[in-house]
Amino acid sequence: MRTLLTGWGRTAPSAATLVETGDVAGLLRSRPERGVIARGLGRSYGDAAQNAGGTVLAPIPGPTTVDDETGVVTAAAGTSLHDLMGRLLRERRFVPVTPGTRYVTVGGAVAADIHGKNHHRDGSFGHHVLSLDLVTPDGALRTIDPDREPDLFWATVGGMGLTGVITSVRFRAPRIESAYVTVRTERIGGLDALLRTMRAHDDEYHYSVAWVDTLASGRSLGRSVLTRGDHAPAAELSGGAARHPWRGPADPRLAVPVTLRAVNRLGVRAFNELWFRKAPRDAVGLESLATFFHPLDAVEGWNRLYGRGGLVQYQLVVPDDAEAAVAEALRLLAAAGQPSFLAVLKRFGAAGPGMLSFPQPGWTLALDLPAAPGLVPLFRDLDRLTAEAGGRLYLAKDARMSRELFDRTYPRADEFRALRRDLDPDGVLTSDLARRLDL
Amino acid sequence: MLNALGQPQSLLLLGGTSDIALAVAERYAATAPLRVVLAARPGPRRDEAVARLSALGHRVEPLDFEATDTAGHPALVERAAAGGDLDVTVVAFGVLGDEEEAWQDHDAAVRLAEVNYVGPVSVGSALAAQVRRQGHGTIVFLSSVAGERVRRSNFAYGASKAGADGFYLGLGEALREHGGHVLIVRPGFVHTKMTEGRGAAPLAVGADDVAAAVVDAVAARRELVWVPSAMRFVMSGLRHVPRPLFRRLPI
Ligand SMILES: Cc1cc2nc3c(=O)[nH]c(=O)nc-3n(C[C@H](O)[C@H](O)[C@H](O)COP(=O)(O)OP(=O)(O)OC[C@H]3O[C@@H](n4cnc5c(N)ncnc54)[C@H](O)[C@@H]3O)c2cc1C
Repeated sequence: MRTLLTGWGRTAPSAATLVETGDVAGLLRSRPERGVIARGLGRSYGDAAQNAGGTVLAPIPGPTTVDDETGVVTAAAGTSLHDLMGRLLRERRFVPVTPGTRYVTVGGAVAADIHGKNHHRDGSFGHHVLSLDLVTPDGALRTIDPDREPDLFWATVGGMGLTGVITSVRFRAPRIESAYVTVRTERIGGLDALLRTMRAHDDEYHYSVAWVDTLASGRSLGRSVLTRGDHAPAAELSGGAARHPWRGPADPRLAVPVTLRAVNRLGVRAFNELWFRKAPRDAVGLESLATFFHPLDAVEGWNRLYGRGGLVQYQLVVPDDAEAAVAEALRLLAAAGQPSFLAVLKRFGAAGPGMLSFPQPGWTLALDLPAAPGLVPLFRDLDRLTAEAGGRLYLAKDARMSRELFDRTYPRADEFRALRRDLDPDGVLTSDLARRLDL
Repeated sequence: MLNALGQPQSLLLLGGTSDIALAVAERYAATAPLRVVLAARPGPRRDEAVARLSALGHRVEPLDFEATDTAGHPALVERAAAGGDLDVTVVAFGVLGDEEEAWQDHDAAVRLAEVNYVGPVSVGSALAAQVRRQGHGTIVFLSSVAGERVRRSNFAYGASKAGADGFYLGLGEALREHGGHVLIVRPGFVHTKMTEGRGAAPLAVGADDVAAAVVDAVAARRELVWVPSAMRFVMSGLRHVPRPLFRRLPI
C-alpha cells in the first residue's frame, strides 16, 4: 500500500510504502526498489523523512530503561520525547536537550542532532549520546560510540537517517529538582538591545530564547520578548506547583479539526501586537516544563492553520560576529511584508563534531512562513546573506535549499558523501532530501 | 523533486520545440537552472531550442520524439528518466490542421486525431507508469478551450483536445494516491508559430502568459487553469448555450 507523506510543513507530498517492522536488518537486506529511509514522528518540516516511490520505515518502539545512579537512559529509537519525559520525571530527571515540540522521537533527535534553548550551555543532542545501535545498509547491527567508529558515529549524529537505521540510543539524563522552570520574561524594544543583552547575559541562564516580532520595522526592528530560565528548585515552588512538583506534560487539549487557511498578514500583525503587549516589561515567574518548552504542543495539528499550501521554516545560523546579518535578515523579511509568526532567535554555543550537524557558535534565527512561490526572491536573498556571513541552513527544517547552497555552506558535505559511498555502495538508504541535495 | 516552493529540478518537454514548452523552460530558468530533457524531432529547430535553453544555464538533453510513434513512447520516457526523476513533464505537442480539410480529407482527419489524441494518451500512459514508480511527479497537459465545447468551425481539432483533456483529467484522479499531480491548461487563442497567420480571437495571449500560468499552477498544485483566467467564465457560459443558438454564434 502506498501512503502519501509530507513533513510538518505539509509541502511536496510523495508516495511511499510505509512499513512497520522490527526486522530492520531483513528489510535493508531485501534492498527495496528506490531504497529505504527511517521516519520518526514526521516533525521535520521538509522532505527528510520521505522517500518517493520507495520504502519508509515507521518508528520502532521498545522499552526504555533508566539507571538510577548514573542517569544513563537506554531508549528505543521510536520513543517520543513526550513519553520519555513522563518516564524521566518519575526518576526526577529530564531530557538533556529538547526541541520546541515533545512530539519527536529519540531517533529523529539524533538524526537531526537537535538543539534546544540550552545549546549555549549543553550543546546539541548528539553531545549527550553515549552510544547508538545502528543497523547499517548491509544489514549488520553495530553498536557505535564516539571512540568506537567515531567517523560513523559523527556521520550518524546529524546524518538525517542516511547512514543506517538507529534502533536504540544510550544517553545521560540530567537530574532536575522539579517539573517547573523559573522564567524571566522581558520585553525588549529593538534588535541592538536584544543582541547586547543576549550576548552579555545568556550564560547566566540555563535556557534562553527570544521571540522576535518580524513585522516590526524601522526603530522597532527586532522588538522582542526574551525568556530565560532555570529548572526551579522544589523549595522555591508555590501554589499548585508546590502541591504537584512532578506533574508531567499533558496531551494536547485542542486540535485543529480541518485544514483552513487562518494564517494571513492581518492576523499575524494583530497577533504579534497582542503578544508583545501581553508580555511583562520584566518579570520572573514559574512555568511548567510544557508551557516553557512546548507552548505549541497544546494545539494538535497547528500546522494545518496554514491551509492547503502548507508552511516552510527558514532557520539560519551565522557566526557571532555576523550579527549584522541577523539585522539584515529581519529587515529583508519586514520589507517583504511576509506574515511570519514571531521568529525565534537564540545563541548557539560551541559546535559538535557531527559531520552535517547544524549548530555552530553564533546566532540562529528561525522563521515560519506560509509556503508560496512568492517567497523565492526573499529566500534567495536570505540564502546569499547567510552564505556570505559564513552560516548555513538547518536540514531538519529545510524544504527548498539548492545543492549549490548546501555544498557551499556545509564544508564536510563531500566527506559525508564519500562515507556514504563506502557504507552504502548500492544506495539502499535514501530520502527525498538526499535526492534533492544529492547526498 | 519539487521543493516546498514548487520548484522542480528537472523538466521534460514533449514537443520540445513548441513555443509554449520553451517559454515554460525559460520561466524556470529565471529562478534556477534545471535538467531539461528536450524531446522533439531532430533537426535545426531542435538544435536551436537546445542552444537557447543551454544559454540560460539549463543542462539540456535532446531526445528524439515522434508523437505518432506510440510504440516507442514507453522506452522514450524511460530514456528521459535515466538521468534522474522526472519532476515536471509538459505534454506540449499538437497540430491545428486546416479546419475544413481536417474532416473532409480522410488522411488529415486520422493524422490530426493521432497527433492530438492518441499521442497524448500514449505518452500519458507511459508517464503514469513513471510517476507511479517514482512516487511523485507533475504532468502538465496543454489542452485548449476549443475542447471544452466543440464548435463547428474547428471540430476535428476541438474533439481531439476534448478527448485528451478528459483522459488527463481522469489521469490526475488516478495518480493522486501515487503522489502524482496532473495539471490541465486550457489556453484560448495563443500567438505562436502554430497560429501564425490566423486572425487572433478575443482574449488572445502570448506563449509567455501561458508559461507563467503553468509555473504558478504547478507550484500551487492546481489541477485546471484557463489562460487568460477570464476564459473560464466565458467558456462556462458557452458550455450551456443550447445547440440551435450556439450554431448561430459567430465563433
Ligand atoms: C514545532 C516544532 C519545533 C521544533 N523545534 C526545534 C528546535 O527547537 N530545535 C531543533 O533542533 N529542532 C526543532 N524542530 C525539528 C525537529 O526537532 C526535528 O526535525 C526532529 O528530527 C524531528 O524528529 P522526528 O522523530 O519527528 O523525525 P522525522 O521528522 O520523522 O525524521 C527526521 C530525520 O530523522 C531521521 N530518523 C528518524 N528516525 C530515525 C531512526 N530510527 N534512525 C535513523 N534516522 C532516523 C529521518 O530519516 C529524518 O532524516 C522542531 C520541529 C517542530 C515541528
